[in-house]
Amino acid sequence: MASNEPGVSGGGSVDGHLSRRGFFGQAAAVSAGVALVPPAAAVAAAQPVEAAANAGLVDVAFKVNGEPKKLSIDPRVTLLDALRERLGLTGTKKGCDRGQCGACTVHVENRRVLPCLTLAVSLQDKAVTTIEGIADGETLHPVQQAFIDHDGFQCGFCTSGQIMSAVAVVREGAARTDDQIREAMSGNLCRCGAYPNILDAIKQVQAGDR
Amino acid sequence: MRAFDYAAPSSVDEALRLTKPGSAFLAGGTTLVDLMKLDVLTPDHVIDVNRLPLNGIRLSDGHLRIGALERMSAVAAHPTVMVHFPVISRALLLSASGQLRNMASIGGNLLQRTRCDYFRDVTAPCNKRQPGSGCPAQTGVNRTHAILGSSSSCAATHASDVAVAFVALEAMVVVRGRGGDRIVPLEDFYLLPGNTPQVENQLGPDELIVEVRVPVSPLARQSTYLKIRDRQSYEFALTSVAVALSLRRGVVLDARIAAGGVGTKPWRLRAVEDALKGNPAMEKTFSDAAESAVDGARPLAQNAFKVTLLKRTIVRALIDVAGVR
Ligand SMILES: Cc1cc2nc3c(=O)[nH]c(=O)nc-3n(C[C@H](O)[C@H](O)[C@H](O)COP(=O)(O)OP(=O)(O)OC[C@H]3O[C@@H](n4cnc5c(N)ncnc54)[C@H](O)[C@@H]3O)c2cc1C
Ligand code: SF4
Ligand code: FES
Ligand code: FES
Repeated sequence: MASNEPGVSGGGSVDGHLSRRGFFGQAAAVSAGVALVPPAAAVAAAQPVEAAANAGLVDVAFKVNGEPKKLSIDPRVTLLDALRERLGLTGTKKGCDRGQCGACTVHVENRRVLPCLTLAVSLQDKAVTTIEGIADGETLHPVQQAFIDHDGFQCGFCTSGQIMSAVAVVREGAARTDDQIREAMSGNLCRCGAYPNILDAIKQVQAGDR
Repeated sequence: MRAFDYAAPSSVDEALRLTKPGSAFLAGGTTLVDLMKLDVLTPDHVIDVNRLPLNGIRLSDGHLRIGALERMSAVAAHPTVMVHFPVISRALLLSASGQLRNMASIGGNLLQRTRCDYFRDVTAPCNKRQPGSGCPAQTGVNRTHAILGSSSSCAATHASDVAVAFVALEAMVVVRGRGGDRIVPLEDFYLLPGNTPQVENQLGPDELIVEVRVPVSPLARQSTYLKIRDRQSYEFALTSVAVALSLRRGVVLDARIAAGGVGTKPWRLRAVEDALKGNPAMEKTFSDAAESAVDGARPLAQNAFKVTLLKRTIVRALIDVAGVR
């Protein structure tokens, strides 16, 4: 059992107390009825209950931003909920939770994907990169800097997804014209309509690339 | 989401052995997880197939062979596909988004479920989701629904783009069950709704799609996919057309055409193909031929525009691929 791993205790409690976010995380991650106990105990208590209910917790180990994480989770938990509610990485945003908006975009094995449609249990041995993992220490990733330089956001809700998508688009290298960049970024919706500035930000990074 | 147990086998035999009533295979999850969250699909057992050795994109024995687990993005960008089968690459690149194409597999794409809103809403009746409960789309919201192949039981479109390209190119799916492999033409793999819209294809619950095979042909090299939609990107088709042409001295020698967004399955348009053959490659030929595309169409209150739109989509796609005006 991985209950002493940072991955399990990290998301649920703050200094041993249950945070609001941690509470909902546990409620989502573990079946209702065993949610009001600290994470490690919840995992232990959940085991026989869940086994009887034909849906035991599953152990999964993967890397997030280079750090190994181990979780014991209900197979229903998406990578998005695991990141936000179990691992405390709330930079990744939940927009639609249906694969339709791109706000949650992260990288798995260096490819941009949607964690709201990814079951966390399916990530055994995989490497996940989130918005928290792209800066180099205190130095922002060039795409982060370019979003600031060009005001690539207003409310900011879509921004971490936009940046993760843009990092991949620059790396993929296939989109060069404005229309190609717009097409490549079309899986990331922005309710504030920051699209022209996002386009400028991406072009700045590409110009620096060449 | 309902509770389920999870297994991740590493061989096809093991995956097939794990199937039982209430089991579902998980590939990219972009259909399955979405519909599980909506309680439209409620498997008790999820069998993750991503560790199965069903990869590879290669030419052999006169066929392009695509492993069922190849991702949409990988197939679209593959040099062989781009050069020999541009219609496949284009249909994929006009599908979904960059993120979804990195996740979604070719096998899963062919088995994606309809986007009919009633199907996705468990509080609504729907014959496909709950046989015998009725089809509210017949008299309700049906702007995006099918005009071809529909019945009074169901008018939902099949939403895959690449399946339209595959049907035009006479692709086959290789299906593996405990008893071995079957090879089924994709066009026949899909079934019309009739009175049983819940049965969408020939796949048994204990069978896997392992491969898609597309015959190599001179036609496929001169091919394209045109998709018309409400917004320019990241949207399903209102109408779409896959065309492949072979021309000699300005005359159509042979043609393959299929349509999407209009049928309850990817819709091969043989009558249009026949009307093109032997005639000069020009707009008049194309528009005359396109007339027969909508024979037997059964438009509903809000989607009659697709009758005209389909014909125009065919003409424009033919003009594009023939390089004429
Ligand atoms: C927002 C959004 C927009 C989209 N836009 C488009 C679009 O424009 N065009 C388009 O074509 N598609 C579009 N899609 C659909 C998307 O392409 C499909 O969801 C995807 O291709 C399914 O593949 P998957 O690997 O994720 O399948 P999964 O979700 O893993 O599986 C789908 C189904 O197939 C079964 N299955 C999977 N693989 C196999 C196999 N090898 N053998 C047997 N059964 C199997 C599963 O059990 C499940 O029932 C869109 C989806 C979303 C969410
Ligand atoms: S069209 Fe088909 S999927 Fe839609 S409500 Fe009718 S039966 Fe259900
Ligand atoms: S939250 Fe994942 S795509 Fe909208
Ligand atoms: S900045 Fe507000 S949604 Fe994009």
